[in-house]
Amino acid sequence: MTATAYDFAYVRKEEEPILAPPRRESGIVAWMRTNLFSSIGNTVLTLAGIAFILWVVPPVIRWAFIDAVWNGTSREDCVAPGAGACWAFVEAKFAQFMYGRYPIDQRWRVDLTGILLLIGLIPMAIPRIPYKKENAFYLLVIFPILAFWLLVGGFLGLPYVETSLWGGLLVTLVVAITGMVVAMPLGVLLALGRRSQLPVIRFLSITFIEFWRGVPLITVLFMASVMLPIFLPPGVNFDKLLRALVGVALFTAAYMAEVVRGGLQAVPKGQYEAAQAMGLGYWQMMRLIVLPQALRVVIPGIVNSFISLFKDTSLVLIIGLFDLLGIVQLNFADANWASPQTPLTGYVFAAFVFWLFCFGMSRYSIYTERRLQTGYRR
Amino acid sequence: MAIEESAPRPDKGYSLFYDPKVRGFVFQALMVVLLVALVSWIATNTYTNLRRANIASGFDFLGARSGFDISQTLISYTTDSTYFRAFLVGLLNTLLVAGLGVVLASVVGLLVGIARLSKNWLVAKLATIYVETLRNIPLLLLLLFWYKAVLSVLPSPRQSFTLPFGSFLSNRGLTLPATQFQPGAGWTLLAFIAAIVFVIGLAFWANRRRMATGKPFPTLWVSLVALIGFPIAVFYATGSPLNLNFPELRGFNFVGGFNIHPEFLALLLGLSLYTASFIAEVVRGGILAISNGQTEAAYALGFRPGRTLRLIIIPQALRVIIPPLTNQYLNLIKNSSLAVAIGYPDLVSVFSGTVMNQTGQAVEVIAITMGVYLLISLITSAFMNWFNSRIALKER
Repeated sequence: MTATAYDFAYVRKEEEPILAPPRRESGIVAWMRTNLFSSIGNTVLTLAGIAFILWVVPPVIRWAFIDAVWNGTSREDCVAPGAGACWAFVEAKFAQFMYGRYPIDQRWRVDLTGILLLIGLIPMAIPRIPYKKENAFYLLVIFPILAFWLLVGGFLGLPYVETSLWGGLLVTLVVAITGMVVAMPLGVLLALGRRSQLPVIRFLSITFIEFWRGVPLITVLFMASVMLPIFLPPGVNFDKLLRALVGVALFTAAYMAEVVRGGLQAVPKGQYEAAQAMGLGYWQMMRLIVLPQALRVVIPGIVNSFISLFKDTSLVLIIGLFDLLGIVQLNFADANWASPQTPLTGYVFAAFVFWLFCFGMSRYSIYTERRLQTGYRR
Repeated sequence: MAIEESAPRPDKGYSLFYDPKVRGFVFQALMVVLLVALVSWIATNTYTNLRRANIASGFDFLGARSGFDISQTLISYTTDSTYFRAFLVGLLNTLLVAGLGVVLASVVGLLVGIARLSKNWLVAKLATIYVETLRNIPLLLLLLFWYKAVLSVLPSPRQSFTLPFGSFLSNRGLTLPATQFQPGAGWTLLAFIAAIVFVIGLAFWANRRRMATGKPFPTLWVSLVALIGFPIAVFYATGSPLNLNFPELRGFNFVGGFNIHPEFLALLLGLSLYTASFIAEVVRGGILAISNGQTEAAYALGFRPGRTLRLIIIPQALRVIIPPLTNQYLNLIKNSSLAVAIGYPDLVSVFSGTVMNQTGQAVEVIAITMGVYLLISLITSAFMNWFNSRIALKER
């Protein structure tokens, strides 16, 4: 006799529901076991971390929010014992932090310049939007002219505003953006010079780049503010902000040159040879074949240089210009607002503004890096 | 002439205008002429301007009496010292803060970089927050923050914080007990030097023996005993020739002890914590560049995580880390010039600040300052390049 299927006592006809994973292996408990308490050492680290957070975070929150003075008209509101951050100070001085002493009835010009900048920058930053070449032309040529007319004025119906009245975020952005716009083409030329076949050009480029990269920005700014007037013919005297701009631009150009050089080296030799085989001359080859590929690769590097330039603009306060940090610091001396909490509040505010800009740009740099890498990612 | 020696001319339709060699030569000659013209233009302008302003030129001023005081000096300096002496004081102060800053930033950076890769979620997140906060804030702001918002608002010496070992933290800075060596302390120093020599020899010997026989030697522990134990033993054997001079509060300030100025503390903390955030990223990048297979292979051979990191991952990661690390060190050294903003007497603050204002010889002073920084940068990068070539992968 052979056993047939229905001889068995029990045959399962349908699928049994899947059991939930063991409690300890799923959910928040398991996550904590693997990520926080996987070993004795890890547990100690976690506990130390929690202790650190408990030590730091509550006082900071108390200072910044709970005990903070949000509204007020003078130092009287901020000197109360136990008072936290004096946000009323920031609120009262906010316009100054943004524009400096730019005449109040002319501030729309600054706002308009900002809007014009955004109009150029936003489509430039979004890869999908076409007309990049025209866009770059607007940003590098048309916008600077418009911005100069709007901010400085003195012709075409706008009254002249001295640069010594400028301040705050306006100066920070002007120094950073002008530095970048000037340094970009200069940096490309220097990078090409450094890889040139012509020994004199190469030597000059290397000397220039290594010199500016070897000295601190402060000495460059000192040099620009003290020595530039000595270098120029007697009688020629130009404005402090412009002098700082010259220094910053030359300094940044050297760093930019190294970034661009990285991109030039990343273009395969075959591209150069193919371009030459097609009968292109040096400048045609660079303009049409090499630079478009090289500059694409170094967008993250350019953004990173811009971030460090943006942070470095704060150094102009040492030569007596009032950028965001400079103007915040200047206002500590205001007798109406002098309180023990004022400096800390001011610095935290300035730090937050700088942080917002830099963090935003670094995220953008990471985003482009990822986008450019798609072809190679495993 | 280069033209005659070049390849044979094609016969027709050839113009010198299109010869790359001729063009290159002309272009470069033009460049040189322009540069010479620019330099001589600047030189003439400078000469006329200086003549008009009646400013002497030359380096004679370095020998003149300075007449100002400096708050922190590593070598003896008074108001009667020369400008050159002031220059040396500034240079040494720069080197002091840069040297200590490099060490501190490396240690903190390494720890934070490893912590960012930790499997421990909390530790990794804390390290990320540290890096992302500090990297995106200007260093100058950080320095001013430490100096004006933290160290300056500390209580006055009378209400200062008391720290262990008889030290105090107040708005005058950190006051530590001063060490005063008595005669006979030289023996301890000698013992320490002897211990260093011994440890270097031991390391060589242990390495050679391990290469030859495969037997390990506990170099670390023996070295520690030799470096710490031996000098201490000699110290007590020679009758403890060291006095500690504890700071005492008298009137409104401390008397005795050794005071670290708040400017120095602020600069050191700001500089090293800021640079550490960049070094942490460099370290993280270096470790991530080592393929995971190395870790797995080490585990397969029975290494524990700590030793895997120390013996397998970090030695390989160093090759990736060294070049960007060199850049960070150079940045730190150059950034130490921000001392001028908080009044720490470094090279820029003493020399390009006070000395330049007193003598008016801007060209010479700024040229010397820039030259010194260039020299320091070149020496640092030469050293790091040498170190890099030593640890670089030897491709045979």
